Amino acid sequence: MNQPRVETQREVGDEVRQTTCYMCACRCGINVHMKSGKVAYIEGNRDHPINKGVLCAKGASGIMQVTAPSRLSAPLRRVGPRGSGAFEVISWEEALSTAVSWMKPLRETAPEKLAFFTGRDQSQSLTGWWAQNFGTPNYAAHGGFCSVNMAAGGIYTIGGAFWEFGQPDWERTKLFVMFGVAEDHDSNPIKIGIGKLKARGARVISVNPVRTGYSAVADDWIGITPGTDGLLILSLIHCLLEAGKVDLDYLAQWTNAPLLVNEAEGAEKGLFVKNAESQPFVIDRRSGHPAPWDGKGVQPDLGAEWQGNRTVFRHMAEEYLTPEYAPEAVASRCGVTPSRIRALAAELAEVAFDQAITLDQPWTDFRGNEHADMPGRPVSFHAMRGISAHSNGFQTARALHLLQIILGSLETPGGYRLKPPYPKPIEAHPTPHFVTTPGKPLTGPHLGYVRSPDDLCLLPDGSPARIDKAFSWENPFSAHGLMHMVIPNAHAGDPYRIDTLFLYMANMSWNSSMNSTRVMEMLTEQKDGEYVIPRIIYSDAYASEMVAYADLILPDTTYLERHDCISLLDRPISEPDAAGDAIRWPVLEPDREVRCFQSVLLDLGARLGLPGMVNEDGSPKFKDYADYIVNHQRRPGVGPLMGFRGNGEAQGRGAPNPEQMERYIENGAFYQAHVPAEASFFKPWNAAYQDWAVKLGLYESPQPYLFNIWSEPLRRFQLAAEGFGPRQPPDHLRDRLKQAMHPLPIWYAPFGDEDAAFGYPVHALTQRPMDHYHSWGSQNAWLRQIKGHNYLYLPTKIWEVQGFAEGDWARVSSRAGTIVVPVAHMAALNENTVWTWNAIGKRKGAWALDEGAPEATTGFLLNHLISELLPDRNGVRLSNSDPVTGQAAWFDQRVRVERVAAEDHVRGTVEPMFEKLPDPPREGGGPIRNGGQNSSKNFAESLRKLLRLPEGTR
Amino acid sequence: MTALPHSTAKKLGLVIDLDTCVGCQACVTACKGWNDAGIGLSDQDPYGADPSGTFLNRVHSYQVTVPDAPAQVVTFPRSCLHCDDAPCVTVCPTGASYKRAEDGIVLVNEDACIGCGLCAWACPYGAREMDAAQGVMKKCTLCVDRIYNETLPEEDREPACVRTCPTNARHFGDLADPDSKVSQLVAARGGYDLMPDMGTKPTNKYLPPRAKGPGTASPLAPLLDIKATGIAGWLDRMLGKI
Repeated sequence: MNQPRVETQREVGDEVRQTTCYMCACRCGINVHMKSGKVAYIEGNRDHPINKGVLCAKGASGIMQVTAPSRLSAPLRRVGPRGSGAFEVISWEEALSTAVSWMKPLRETAPEKLAFFTGRDQSQSLTGWWAQNFGTPNYAAHGGFCSVNMAAGGIYTIGGAFWEFGQPDWERTKLFVMFGVAEDHDSNPIKIGIGKLKARGARVISVNPVRTGYSAVADDWIGITPGTDGLLILSLIHCLLEAGKVDLDYLAQWTNAPLLVNEAEGAEKGLFVKNAESQPFVIDRRSGHPAPWDGKGVQPDLGAEWQGNRTVFRHMAEEYLTPEYAPEAVASRCGVTPSRIRALAAELAEVAFDQAITLDQPWTDFRGNEHADMPGRPVSFHAMRGISAHSNGFQTARALHLLQIILGSLETPGGYRLKPPYPKPIEAHPTPHFVTTPGKPLTGPHLGYVRSPDDLCLLPDGSPARIDKAFSWENPFSAHGLMHMVIPNAHAGDPYRIDTLFLYMANMSWNSSMNSTRVMEMLTEQKDGEYVIPRIIYSDAYASEMVAYADLILPDTTYLERHDCISLLDRPISEPDAAGDAIRWPVLEPDREVRCFQSVLLDLGARLGLPGMVNEDGSPKFKDYADYIVNHQRRPGVGPLMGFRGNGEAQGRGAPNPEQMERYIENGAFYQAHVPAEASFFKPWNAAYQDWAVKLGLYESPQPYLFNIWSEPLRRFQLAAEGFGPRQPPDHLRDRLKQAMHPLPIWYAPFGDEDAAFGYPVHALTQRPMDHYHSWGSQNAWLRQIKGHNYLYLPTKIWEVQGFAEGDWARVSSRAGTIVVPVAHMAALNENTVWTWNAIGKRKGAWALDEGAPEATTGFLLNHLISELLPDRNGVRLSNSDPVTGQAAWFDQRVRVERVAAEDHVRGTVEPMFEKLPDPPREGGGPIRNGGQNSSKNFAESLRKLLRLPEGTR
Repeated sequence: MTALPHSTAKKLGLVIDLDTCVGCQACVTACKGWNDAGIGLSDQDPYGADPSGTFLNRVHSYQVTVPDAPAQVVTFPRSCLHCDDAPCVTVCPTGASYKRAEDGIVLVNEDACIGCGLCAWACPYGAREMDAAQGVMKKCTLCVDRIYNETLPEEDREPACVRTCPTNARHFGDLADPDSKVSQLVAARGGYDLMPDMGTKPTNKYLPPRAKGPGTASPLAPLLDIKATGIAGWLDRMLGKI
């Protein structure tokens, strides 16, 4: 048989350019194969620490993102009513001078009238520094509606957290338990890790109301009731304590379990007993006398009682051994049987204690005690938004860390390991800064870690200093701000009105806001002939739903057309065994009038004369973002990138090196500084790690600390709520603070549970799929073919009781609104929970999709059901957020689900359905709509540019 | 009609681990990207109301209800299985569809394909897709333009879907060689043929999900009766262990 000749030697391209992916927040390394100057193929970079060669569905589809017709193509100025989508194309000079003309007077008179909030970004160390130098207190990124509970709960407890702060010891762990880990966070690292565990036959357990993705391959699935993870975890702790399956040595050495809690009535009650040097201390078992907590050779007595003051360990035992945490007491609430809870506790104990491992690696701790080896307890955990997006999420995250602590697994071989710059105790973080002086910068960074009521951001009259009310009594530890409250608060003038809202990559008029319907109204509402939020400047690369609601659009580049730094000052790409940072660089030059937002920000800063952004003669200090990345110094010798500093050989600390960017590009767009072997575990207490971290520039001096089982900062707020101290909360918040700011991890019912009594019994959740990221996926030509439809998934109980059938629709109602949507049956689901994929639903006309696109006709958001405010209590409506951190409590949502007969609702169109957004000028040919009020001089020229079809469009 | 080779020297194919596949779709778009750049895989109405395009590999998910246990979800990647008795080959009227004698890969000679669609009809696995723009049949080539491609680094000479798979659920090799890594995996894990009753003798194998359920650790015994001794008794017993 004659076989045809097959081409087997095809050359992919003529050049490979290595950069960093940005199809989600994972920051994988990619090889971009170029052919004749165009992107031909994208694959993972095998040498890259994050993805080690693999790449997810989104990453390989990035090739379609750089040709997407939704790409904005030039700066725009609104010419019609807000929301109408009527824009004119303007020049960059016009755009920048307009922005400066709005911002400059604010800086000179009332800097707080500018609110600058950024959505999905990886440049917070730049954007925060810019806002600090502008002098507005109103800055944050998107952590408040994302996962600040996860970050803050971890940092206040262990000086690190889940997600990018650490990862399981994939090589050694024998049992891996996930709580509330949806399919997206994090992406490739957790998939690679699960693959490794499966290959070794290690066991994977998922606690999650929904069984998809990682939960689908887990060896065991616990379909918990949403919002009760904390209660389940405390019940596991109960079982472990009851059986004595606790690592006492670990607790005594590395945690504050042996510290003494002051029992004397008064302003010090519940704080640690301190010595004359204001240091907490322990009772040494050898002498029975007080001894320094960090003293060499000291053997802390966990059970001590000294002058009537008991140890944290004794308080813990008293709290968690009470019958209220027994499996039998929590089972029905959690939707998990007592026997399954006991079985999970037994499994954790067996692996931690009966299958313990030891690394033959000597090390020395910060006290000077020498250890012959590194004992490990090979149980590890990961948790994400499923536990954090609740109003009890902060304490639930703390509870999970406590579970890891009593098992003695954190930072030991086989357990959960922190990644540089973590571990980092709250003492090494700044406190929040907020005091404004016209024409001057803030005295420090906006975001930080509050230690006591003294650190709150309050004005002299006690009202919140920030527009989002972050760091106020309503949510004292809001370390990431409350982006979801900016528009509602600015609209309500509570705590005050602002002038200009400056947003970057944040789809606030659609999927990134609670109560999206109402937010659209807030953005367009007028008072006395002016918009209530007078000016909105927005930067995005694409024609998202938010574009229509802005007055001035600063179009950004795509991720393949820009510089970026993934910095140790921000959100780096470290691994437990190496600090790592990375860059993006333009592997393609933009073919339209767009600019890297960070370069634009530096340009604006120079035009405004902001400190650090201008030379002495007033000229711009930085040509663009790349220039800043290489030459900016945050502290002497420490800049955005750690690699190739000084003469090119210096790591961490060193003078700026003009060749640095080129060296990163040659090195595959990343750099790693490896942790020495003796420093690789027990990092918070490991002298070799601490010395290495100082040398690298992560801190200025060693920062050893104890894990905070008992949290003094929390207790200080309880004390204030009890009436102690000069700074007092408003009376209506006292009970809530007493409950939420408990110094030990506790559980209380999510605030949303109250809605059950008003006829909304069902939990409603969303999750992002692995193949989409926020709104980006569904405009991607390949990804939307994979997941272009979303349904509300109903559990068997609801499906059968109401007689649902395939193709049915349901009316879903909450206290805040109603939606009518397509449904589907899902058996592998908690029986009282419904859910859908997040942000598949699009508004008609957005993202350059056809108005008949399924995303716009049958795609839907749950956001319309979710109020940003809790119900009225005595005339006060607090935000629908965690009372500790202000994290948006998306997953507290309760709804009612009712089948809708075909006669009562025409299939094929969801409710609510909003008016089609006019197509803004964009690369794919969106028509120019001249609002009839203004006509730009360069209109004709712009039109000519715009109508050119993008190269590569098919 | 087209003849199959009597035997092939090698049986190159994929082993897909259903215990590890999380359904992330990475293999789907890596395949789309690689083959779009090579043989072209068109998309129709990509930003429209009913987008449809050619994909050589798709991942579907299925719910499995199990008696007396929680329901499960299995994600299932599907592509050409490079069958020994490939009905898509024998049905082809022009000889365009063929199975290579040297390695067993089933390919389409696009120059000879008339786009009649018989092969797609004959394939019991739905593993072939007609490219609407080109009018020819497309299918998994096992990345024949990667696995022998000397312009690629040696470590990259494997199918794009295998190279990209984040959970390492996809394995490539010679299933005719009992000592190959893939054959060993199939033996160790009880790999099976998809729909063996169709008589197609697929080369690709699937590894079944492992048994799921609660662990087998012995229940924990309380240290003592805390109700009787109080916390003080528990503390004495507990700390006495140090």
